Amino acid sequence: MRYLPKSPVERQEMLAAIGAKSMDELFSSIPEKYRLREALKIPGPYSEAEVIQYFKERAAENAAGYTSFLGAGVYNHLRSVVTDTIIQRGEFLTSYTPYQAEISQGTLQAIFEFQTLMCQLTGQDVANASMYDGSTATTEAVLMAQRLTGRQRVLVARSVHPEYRDVLKTYAKNSGLRIEEIPFTASGTVDAKALQAALKDDLAAVVVQSPNFFGAIESYAPLAEAAHAVGAMFVVAITEGISLGLLRPPAEADIVAMEAQSFGLPPSYGGPFAGVIAAREKYVRQMPGRLAGQTTDSEGHRGFVLTLATREQHIRREKATSNICTNQALCALAATVHLTLLGKEGLREMAEQNLAKARFALAELLKIPGVRRTFDAPFFNEFTVELPRSVKIVNSHLVREKIVGPLALGTPYPELTKHALVCVTETTPRAEIERFAGALKRALEQPV
Amino acid sequence: MNEKIKKASRHTNQNEGLIFEKSSPGKRAFELPPLDVPAAEPAKALGALHRKEGIKGFPEVSEIEVIRHFTRLSTWNHAIDLGMYPLGSCTMKYNPRVNEFVARLEGIATEHPYQPQDLSQGCLKILRLLEKCLLEITGMDAITLQPAAGAQGELTGLLLIRAYLQKQGDPRKKVLIPDSAHGTNPATAVIAGYEVENIKSGAQGQVDVEGLRKLVTEDVAALMITNPSTLGVFEQRLPEIAQILHAKGALLYMDGANMNALTGITRPGDLGVDVMHLNLHKTFSTPHGGGGPGAGPVAMKKILEPFRPVPILVEKENGRLALEPIRPDSIGRVKAFSSNFGVLVRALAYILAYGPGVRQATEDAVLNANYIRKHLEGVYELPYSLPSMHEVVFSDALQKKNGVNTMDIAKRLIDYGFHPYTTAFPLIVPGALMIEPTESESHEECDLFIDAMKSIAEEAATKPEIVKTAPHTTRVRRLDEVGAARKPVLRWKPAAPRSTAAD
Repeated sequence: MRYLPKSPVERQEMLAAIGAKSMDELFSSIPEKYRLREALKIPGPYSEAEVIQYFKERAAENAAGYTSFLGAGVYNHLRSVVTDTIIQRGEFLTSYTPYQAEISQGTLQAIFEFQTLMCQLTGQDVANASMYDGSTATTEAVLMAQRLTGRQRVLVARSVHPEYRDVLKTYAKNSGLRIEEIPFTASGTVDAKALQAALKDDLAAVVVQSPNFFGAIESYAPLAEAAHAVGAMFVVAITEGISLGLLRPPAEADIVAMEAQSFGLPPSYGGPFAGVIAAREKYVRQMPGRLAGQTTDSEGHRGFVLTLATREQHIRREKATSNICTNQALCALAATVHLTLLGKEGLREMAEQNLAKARFALAELLKIPGVRRTFDAPFFNEFTVELPRSVKIVNSHLVREKIVGPLALGTPYPELTKHALVCVTETTPRAEIERFAGALKRALEQPV
Repeated sequence: MNEKIKKASRHTNQNEGLIFEKSSPGKRAFELPPLDVPAAEPAKALGALHRKEGIKGFPEVSEIEVIRHFTRLSTWNHAIDLGMYPLGSCTMKYNPRVNEFVARLEGIATEHPYQPQDLSQGCLKILRLLEKCLLEITGMDAITLQPAAGAQGELTGLLLIRAYLQKQGDPRKKVLIPDSAHGTNPATAVIAGYEVENIKSGAQGQVDVEGLRKLVTEDVAALMITNPSTLGVFEQRLPEIAQILHAKGALLYMDGANMNALTGITRPGDLGVDVMHLNLHKTFSTPHGGGGPGAGPVAMKKILEPFRPVPILVEKENGRLALEPIRPDSIGRVKAFSSNFGVLVRALAYILAYGPGVRQATEDAVLNANYIRKHLEGVYELPYSLPSMHEVVFSDALQKKNGVNTMDIAKRLIDYGFHPYTTAFPLIVPGALMIEPTESESHEECDLFIDAMKSIAEEAATKPEIVKTAPHTTRVRRLDEVGAARKPVLRWKPAAPRSTAAD
């Protein structure tokens, strides 16, 4: 087997050195009757060429070659080949969590740079070294608010990603949290009146997303003010990080939970991505997850270490702020490299192109008879439209023209049947937007 | 250079500041294709929501500077690709490069989780085949691939147990956890809404079965056990432990962190385990990447199947695969978008490369651990003498006499060209040296490691100061961790403008 660096002779030599007669003897502590007598029934062994062939065949059964208008928390953006070149360096790819700081300075400094970038983007003071994804980051942000306020009630906007809310509910069930949802207005943003009516001094957090699940951008100040008026934490979730190249950061938030997928990570059928928690400095000791900090060595040189570990499970066990151990370090590194490549101007330009293309697409779609915009709030690269017939039927027509159509909103939001969430990024050429509009027009004209 | 240091030599590495310190306005490393639609005026489109001034402090550098920056940083890391990384419990084995290649294929990396399932059959077949392989390896009945890492797998497993017991009327109060367990176990139990009852290990470091019998009451939901234990010892009485729990209506959770010792040899499902997680980034070779991403599939017995997190992968009558979002008894979602799919792809590529021959990997892993044990026994104290599986745990008791502790020995190992073993864990061994070589080390690399450990033991006896002040060859010396925690500096900030005499 090509991964195993031993010859049969070497195995015999090593067994002899141990004083064992056979490999079997090494497993003598496993009761005889529980030892497998037959080979496992799994396919293989495959040569490298066969492994590649298997996955190429599977890839061909997917949607390669289709133009997609899906977003909803997972976005297609340009990526430089430099990012993968860097993260595939063995020194990053095949190293462990940097507990041994003297021989992990590369990873540690990169995490420190990641934390800095996340703070700059979100307008917060501190950010951690990553969570699993945006959904668990949002959940951990709420649990953090629960610890900080000692309160149990949480208001979550219905315009927060439905799967993020699902994950929060799973975690909340056994942590004493009571989750209530706040509706959205006809503009597609959080219903501030409903929020006002639900405010009480038992509130731990108000959770909103911006741009929200419908693509609508929230105004933070009044929402933050409402939360703070009853001593609750204002938590902002961000699924589309590229929006921060143009949008004011959620500086009013106490805790920000962000998905970093847009920063150089491919959609990869849903993961791995990287979640981020950023917050005010005074809350750092209640943060979950790893943190890299700057320090000096015994000769006074700058260096970095994992720090404030007394929050974490390997030290605190049942009293830890979270059970997270392995995070998404390599994804966070990819985001660091990608954002460094983009830089200040590149990120702004990418965001501007998203803004322009989404507006162009909306204008094209609104030329089609019967297509209407659902919400009128400002948007970034996603918007919601109402179609004169079922989104699912329309999408089945689009597929025949090699287009993956927009997301049907009827399942998560029964009141939005016939409404679709359209995403357009800098990766979608004008010609494809026009082809999509043409195909959509034809699909709507098809007999039922 | 010490002539006994055979694996490593002197080496120059480059200095490199923070990327923010190299920034200069106007430099760039990325260009977009020209915009092919009319530009939108951000100020007009966004009004007060517009961040006019751009992102303060964001780097502005060129492409070559980005490459050099991260390449220089990378050379400051130790890595499996450079040599042995014997971190006990972490299973630092070779990460095959073909796995990286297939995870990046067009049609794999490019797929959107919400695209039509008819256009996702390739992804779903990958998930299905991985499910089948992992079920065969664990001897279980059902599985979920959703959890993002081992700790989330643990949580999923406990939520399954909770839902199952709740369905019968009472979720119960306590989870029993041996004092040798990973820290994630107790932290997870609390999130699942359980009280933790720590149980003391027996004289041989294993679960004290007679003691356990008394502790298992109608209040106990489950026992979380690591097998082989964190001492690297197989829990021989596991089937009996399962019976004790089952007799009281409690379930047996197995932390599968150490599955690298069992794969192809024995199956937890056959041993009476009800539910377990696997760390694909350990046993199944997906790269640790400096701390993640991982994946923590949870395999279970039939009784827990109805409670699996949604969506559930099902085979339709026409042979098509589908992800179904609704199950009435499901614990719900533990993460958005199905799974860390890209990690699952890599794990399947690993399994396919071995096929049933994965047993050979397990055998070599156990062979290496025992070979190292044989040569270091007596040089370092072996606190528990039961047979070792994939890892061996020594203590620093002999070296302590000269004031040298496990951390000192670990740091000195760096000078010899090795990554340290796991220090000070498990907690039941004071001054632990936890060594897991994995199957990826050759006879030669194991010998070099043994020589290094012997040489350090000799140094500890004859010139302890060199060990206590190690490492001596790294870019940075021992770092001030106390200072880092006391006054945390967690991000770069631009230097404050220099004050003038007039201020």
